[in-house]
Amino acid sequence: MRSSLAGALALGVIMCVGSSAMAEAPGDPKAVKSTDGKYFDAKGDPTFNVGPDGKVDWYTFSGYRRYHAECHVCHGPNGGGSTYAPALKDSVKRFDYAEFAGIVIGGRQNGNSVMPAFAENKNASCYIDDLYVYLRALSTGAIEPGRPGKKEDRPEAFAKAETECMSQK
Amino acid sequence: MHKLLLSTSVAVLALAGAAKADDLQTLQKDPKQWVMPTGDYANLRHSALKQITTENVGKLAPAWQFSTGVLRGHEGAPLVIGDVMYLHTPFPNNVYALDLKDPDHKILWKYEPKQDPSVVPVMCCDTVNRGLAYGDGKIFLAQADTTLVALDAKSGKLLWSVKNGDPSKGQTSTAAPHVFKDKVFVGIAGGEFGVRGHITAYDVKTGQQVWRGYSMGPDADTLIEPGKTTHLGKPVEKDSGITTWEGDQWKIGGGTTWGWYSYDPDLNLVYYGSGNPSTWNPKQRPGDNRWSMTIWARDLDTGKAKWVYQMTPHDEWDYDGINEMILADQDMGGQKRKTLVHFDRNGFGYTLDRVTGELLVAEKFDPAVNWASKVDMDKSSKTYGRPLGVAKYSTEQNGEDVNTQYVCPAALGSKDQQPASYDATTGLFLVPTNHVCMDYEPFRVSYTAGQPYVGATLEMFPAGKDKGETHTGNFIAWDAKVGKIVWSNKEQFSVWGGATSTDGGITFYGTLEGYLKAVDTKTGKELYKYKTPSGIIGNVTTYESGGKQYVAVLSGVGGWAGIGLAAGLSKSNEGLGAVGNYASLANYTALGGVLTVFALPN
Repeated sequence: MRSSLAGALALGVIMCVGSSAMAEAPGDPKAVKSTDGKYFDAKGDPTFNVGPDGKVDWYTFSGYRRYHAECHVCHGPNGGGSTYAPALKDSVKRFDYAEFAGIVIGGRQNGNSVMPAFAENKNASCYIDDLYVYLRALSTGAIEPGRPGKKEDRPEAFAKAETECMSQK
Repeated sequence: MHKLLLSTSVAVLALAGAAKADDLQTLQKDPKQWVMPTGDYANLRHSALKQITTENVGKLAPAWQFSTGVLRGHEGAPLVIGDVMYLHTPFPNNVYALDLKDPDHKILWKYEPKQDPSVVPVMCCDTVNRGLAYGDGKIFLAQADTTLVALDAKSGKLLWSVKNGDPSKGQTSTAAPHVFKDKVFVGIAGGEFGVRGHITAYDVKTGQQVWRGYSMGPDADTLIEPGKTTHLGKPVEKDSGITTWEGDQWKIGGGTTWGWYSYDPDLNLVYYGSGNPSTWNPKQRPGDNRWSMTIWARDLDTGKAKWVYQMTPHDEWDYDGINEMILADQDMGGQKRKTLVHFDRNGFGYTLDRVTGELLVAEKFDPAVNWASKVDMDKSSKTYGRPLGVAKYSTEQNGEDVNTQYVCPAALGSKDQQPASYDATTGLFLVPTNHVCMDYEPFRVSYTAGQPYVGATLEMFPAGKDKGETHTGNFIAWDAKVGKIVWSNKEQFSVWGGATSTDGGITFYGTLEGYLKAVDTKTGKELYKYKTPSGIIGNVTTYESGGKQYVAVLSGVGGWAGIGLAAGLSKSNEGLGAVGNYASLANYTALGGVLTVFALPN
């Protein structure tokens, strides 16, 4: 998970410069494959999965948790936006994964609206995929606002990658 | 004196030059003015004005209004000095001076600070500011970016400014500055960013720093005198602000100081509370985490701590101890005592002897409180003065990644910063409260300077959800001598605005859906209400101008309680956990800052 993320981040940082012209819409969020409890769409970007019983994948739940610790004060609960910052549940309909990651890492400013760079903030940068799939799930109405009721177990691959990323100096 | 203020600048200069240490103490005794954010040094928030009475308050009506031009949450209240009203706004923290003598309430001057907007993302719970202070002919503003400015009250001219902190490290200002005697006191916010809290005294004349006392760290930083400073009657041990933490965690330990301060001129002591230890994940910070969650009594001139009392050792729920300290003299079992009364976020109403710090009463001011069974009042007990926790609701014992359910109160407390008032005639404390519980899940979090350091997610809901109740607030009258509720009025939403009682027998407060309410102080009976343009999270004030009593309140919904609404949402159920509970607010009100001033008809 983290090696593919690193690649995406490098790309994202480059794309961040003059990004609006280069913005590429994300593809169909439908999950077509999964590896170690993580789901991917046809383009190979991370995405959510909601089972028939409403059970969400672990990454969507993790994204919910981290979003409501790191992002919601400006971007509003459940990606709904505020007078200071855009509704990310709508933004992710326009941004693809690479651009999303680039903005989280590099930040951006638009007049009085400031998105801080989270490159050094492990509570966000170690969970970019989680945040992205959570917002994607919200954007399509696949999950309701609020804490997801049921969730898949935490994959071992997640726990390992999390420990590595959070302990990096 | 008021006339002098409004006459020539020469006179003002002369006045400033001649300012005596006790000028403010004299001014605050004049009920026609409202010279401090807390009403007076003791934080009583009580006015001797009595033109508006229980008999005639039903005829109250808006006399005039003023738009602040700012959206988001409007906490605090304007000051009235002589015939001038001084009004603040949330970020960008504009200040207006309005001429109360002028029938059009003309703007005498306006101050517009230039602040780097990158401070906005490091403010935890909306971009609120709780108001201005006055002293020595100056108006003091603590800007969001921690710049403390002194403005000439007459002209609005910037006289001096000083940086109290660094927003790039998550340090911000939301609290009002407080002038006591010859010093102006400011705190710091950022408990969700690992900021180590402190209170700082500046010379009102020059802006020179006189002292700074930290909430944790070595004794040289906390200004605790080992062996001399006491905690529950016993001397505090050396460097307790380090030894009750693991490793260097005290350096990012929180204990911020964003509430209201009070001062007893006879004892020369300043009182305030410190906030939550950082992070919200208790597993990551073993120990008592002293002196977060603490009531402090410090010497005004030196900052040295006379006594401390930690209410919630090793916090597990974000129960900041920053709420106001009300200095009332009360008859305690036949003995007149100098007491300090404090309604904590943790749901206990505390009465202490403010001379010695002795704990006299600690009782729940909302029966819903369940995280602790009681505070141990047995002086011979090893756990004397500590809350006796209930394992089921302990997020420490349940651990990381476990959703601890139905903890009461919620993180925003049985009461947050919204200040209570004290009416000496009835002996009652009039308290705006929250009636909200939560589910709380702590998880691992990493610290980076200037970045959020939260480590938990939570959801809030009405305390009586299990009984089918939907209200999330109560407005109560409290007897602090014994620790009992005298009367309690249900409120649909948390009461997030500060109360003011008067000698007219009335207590005023505002509600989240936007009502200014007047109730009979003795009985709680509602006598008047008026729907202002937006939800009220500001504090009510009253003053007299041209022989007439006025009541003023800022509306402008927002703050922590209104964060979901401030964010323009209507159907969500999250947001530092606050939104679900308050979602239906959007059916009643919308954003926008307006001051409404009420009076009886001519």
